[in-house]
This record gives sequence, structure tokens and C-alpha cells, in this order.
Amino acid sequence: MHRTIIDDLKRSRIHKLAEDGRRQDGRGMDEPRRLRIETGVVPKAEGSARVFLGDTEVVAGVKVKPDRPFPDVGDRGIFICTAEVLPLAHQDVETGPPQPPVIELARVVDRGIRESGMVDLKQLVLEPNKSVIGVFVDNSVIDVDGNLFDACSYASTAALLTASIPKWEYRDDAPARVEGQTMPAPITTVPVSVTMAKVNGQIMVDPTQDEWTAMEARVTITTNSDGNICAMQKGGPSGFTYDELERCGRLSVSIGARVRETIKQAAPGGGDGCCGPGEECGHGQQTQQQQPQQEQQQQQPQYGQEPRPYGSGP
Amino acid sequence: MGGRDTDIVLLDKDGLRCDGRRIDQTRRVDIKAGVLKNAHGSAYIEFGDNKILAGVFGPRDVHPKHLSDTDTGILRCRYHMSPFSVSDRKNPAPSRREIEISKVIKEALEPALILEQFPRTVVDVFMEILQADGGSRCAALSAASVALADAGIPMRDMVSACAAGKVADTIVLDVNNEEDQAGQADMPVGYMPNLDSVTLIQLDGVLTPDEYGLCMRTAIDGCRQVYEVQKRALSEKYFAGGGGRERTASMGGHTVGA
Repeated sequence: MHRTIIDDLKRSRIHKLAEDGRRQDGRGMDEPRRLRIETGVVPKAEGSARVFLGDTEVVAGVKVKPDRPFPDVGDRGIFICTAEVLPLAHQDVETGPPQPPVIELARVVDRGIRESGMVDLKQLVLEPNKSVIGVFVDNSVIDVDGNLFDACSYASTAALLTASIPKWEYRDDAPARVEGQTMPAPITTVPVSVTMAKVNGQIMVDPTQDEWTAMEARVTITTNSDGNICAMQKGGPSGFTYDELERCGRLSVSIGARVRETIKQAAPGGGDGCCGPGEECGHGQQTQQQQPQQEQQQQQPQYGQEPRPYGSGP
Repeated sequence: MGGRDTDIVLLDKDGLRCDGRRIDQTRRVDIKAGVLKNAHGSAYIEFGDNKILAGVFGPRDVHPKHLSDTDTGILRCRYHMSPFSVSDRKNPAPSRREIEISKVIKEALEPALILEQFPRTVVDVFMEILQADGGSRCAALSAASVALADAGIPMRDMVSACAAGKVADTIVLDVNNEEDQAGQADMPVGYMPNLDSVTLIQLDGVLTPDEYGLCMRTAIDGCRQVYEVQKRALSEKYFAGGGGRERTASMGGHTVGA
């Protein structure tokens, strides 16, 4: 965790290169890394994807189960997206309750997909106010090289596009599985997030881990298939000007459109049991074992919270 | 997403919103600086029906020690909602939402603070949401900024915050709770008015690229309005003489009150 002289040198090199609009790996400032997507990598999941964004690698799986709706929206199904950085992904990752950066990661990925309306939750109602279908997308980061936001977002999207969910019906006051029948997840749009970092005053798309540590600020903007902006999040210890954010907005639309094509090609949506052009990767077993950990993450993290006097208000 | 179904008329034919505001109007904002005795700096904000306290401690020793940085002071922020701050009791343990908001508020304040002058120390900012009504993160950030100034922490600029959003297909300033639930988009913005720098920005909801620009400009305009109230709150504490303690800086659709 401690910063070494090498880190400092790397940082100043990245800053120096940015001045001339160049990057360590020779990419253009608005050029994302190569995106590779395999789908159907975990057959027991209702949909799954393994995404390589440069050297960042994420596995996402979709699981589906009937659930009670949230009391204030009884006419919608449930969608929950989580993300976890596994301890095997990077030397600095520790086990234990998720740290704020990982909580932010999960919430930003969830927000991008949720706010785009990608999954039509109205189609996931079995019995209004009583029983709905819950769609859970869990991301496991298994190798870290920066920009986990986009990698998890693409993995979740690809997994959802290829998901084939079992059919349920509401019978005798309980949801019952209709054996042998599945349907594609009800998809309305393909959200794509684009993360941009500000390094030495320059905006660069899809930062690597080195760039991530050298940046002053970052912004993640998610666009939908119509080219509209549906979610964003700024992070990092500095700020953006209005003009920079305006430009980031335009970049997210144009780059997002290209990434969307890549995702659609790799994950042709709407097929049942569709595995896309994904090949067997032998990761099925491994990802299965991670399942209990993912479930744990959905629970409220327990923090040692000392009782505080509330409302010592004026 | 399209927002939840509602019976409330979000924007009537006269261009008035469900609480009677025009589209370019914020709710009433009252800020008072220096409201706590023990905290090194503090502020209380009422932003519409939001009621929020902010207290600042430090620069002081870092505990646990391993968090300290030999090059600079560090900032820690805690955004916390009281269990009674919302209709249904909120579990007092920090939720994932609160942890995320604490993080984005920290990153919104950091650029304004000159903590390099205080290596190996920490500045703690505690924000307690006594009552929440939509836009609490912006209100908390604005109050925290005043509390930091009240604590005498060297700052490059104030951080002022206000949200804008899309309600009934119209970009409006300062989205309230009903509008947030039923509206189409919500964009909280934190902004340093003198450095012209956006230090907090989030968005949920769908906007066209044009609306995106307009929404940002609207929110920034709201931030500038909040900035005036923040300055007034500080000058009332420090320059208004004996009566300053009792007065509250305010703005908004209503008359200035005590």
C-alpha cells in the first residue's frame, strides 16, 4: 500500500506523457482498451459473462428467484447488481466487509443499469404486491488493472443480455416454477458506461491501474441505446470544469456507441439458453465456488457502531 | 427510468411545481455557522425540510495511526441519517448508500482544503441528517463547507451544492423529495464558485445530451445561490457583532426569517 519511489516516478511519467496527449501504453487519449467478452462461462447461472478490459478481468453471473416486491413498488420486479473485488485479484485487496471504494463500485454499476431501465421490471411481476421475480447480477473482479467500473458494467450487461430465466407462475398463493420453460430477460436497452480520468488536466478514457493512481479526478457516465445519458458519478480528489464535463458527456455517447456494438456482438440478446460465441474457459467450477461469498455481500455489512446521541439538534 | 407513478401534479399550467416554486427556484435555505460548543467548527442548515448538522474536528492526531500520511493531512467524512429522519425508522448502522455518500462528499470537499499544511493529521467532518427531504447530500455538503470554514481550516474556495433534475419533461432547480420519487432525473452537484470547478456530480435518470448540459448549468446556478447564503452565514457569525449568534442567513421563495 505504501507509495514507493517507483510509484512516484511512474506517476510523473504519466503526467509528463499526458501533457503531450500520450499514454504509457501508446493509446490515444480517447481510446479505450481492447474489450473481449465471453458469455455462458458459468452454465449454472441464468446468464454469465467474462470480460477482459485490457488486463482487468471480471466474471459476472445472473441468478433469478421469486421474491416479495419492495412495499412501495409492488408492481415492479427486483433488480440488484453487486460487485466484489476478490482477494485473489490484487495484492492490496483484503478480506472482510467491503470498503467504501468497493461499495461505490457496486452502487455505480447498479445505478447505470437500473437507471437506463435495461431490465423491464414491470414484466417481472407474478402477482402485484405479493410476488415478483428478482434478478441478481453479481460481479466478481478477478484481476485488477484499473477501471473496474466499466469492466463490471460491461460484464453485467453481457450477462443480462444472454440470460435465460426460468418461468414462474403464481399458484395457490405461492410462486411455482413452470418446469422446462424459460424466457430471455426482458431487455429494453443496452446501457454502456464510459469512465474518464483527469490526469494532469487531460481527460483520458478507460484508465489503467497506473493511470488510476495518477489521476486527479474521474467521471463515469452511462448512456443508453438512444444515445441519452442515464447515470453518472464523479470521483477522486479534484474537480472538473463545466466544459470538461460537457466534453466527457459527448465522449461517453460516441465511445459508448462503439462499445455497445462490441457487447451486442458478443452477447446477442434475447436467446434462451444462448451462450453466444463464448468458448469453454474452465472457469465454471471456480466461479461456482465464489457464490457463497457473493451472497454474503448482499447482507448489511456489520460495522462496529458505537451508540451516538442522535438529534443533538438546535 | 420514468420515475414512479404519482397523482401529484409535478408542474401545473402556470409553470409552478408541487410545492409552489418556479422551475428556477430553490427551496428556502437557512444556514447558521457555529452552532456546536465542542466541535472546532460547525454549521446547521435547513434546506427546504432538510435539517442537517455538520461538525468539524481537527486537524488532530490520526487514529488508527496507520491511516496518517506523512505528506499531508487527511480528510474523513461521515454522512449519517438519524433513525427518525425519514418516515420509516432507518436502521442507525451506516447503510451502503450512506457510505457511498460519505465518500463522494469527502471527494467534493478535498479539493477545497489545504491539508498539505498539516501532515500526519486528520480533519473529521460529521454530518448528521436530523430530517431528510430530498437533496440531503447537497445540503450536508454545503453545511460541511461552512463548518470547515468556521473551524478555520485553510480553504481554496467554498464548496456549494445544489441539485437540478428533470420533472415533467422540464429541467428544474433543486429537486425535492416528491419530485425525486416521481421525477425523471436527479443530478446533485457540488461546485467551487471561485475556482469554477465541479467537485461532486452524480446523476440518475435519463437526459438527452442537450438536457445534460442544461441540467448542469441549472445546478451550478443553484450552487452560486447557495454560496451567497453560506457567505452570509459566516459573516453573520464573525462580523455581525453581538446579534450575530441569533441570526440565520437565508434565501428562497419566502421572506428572510430569524
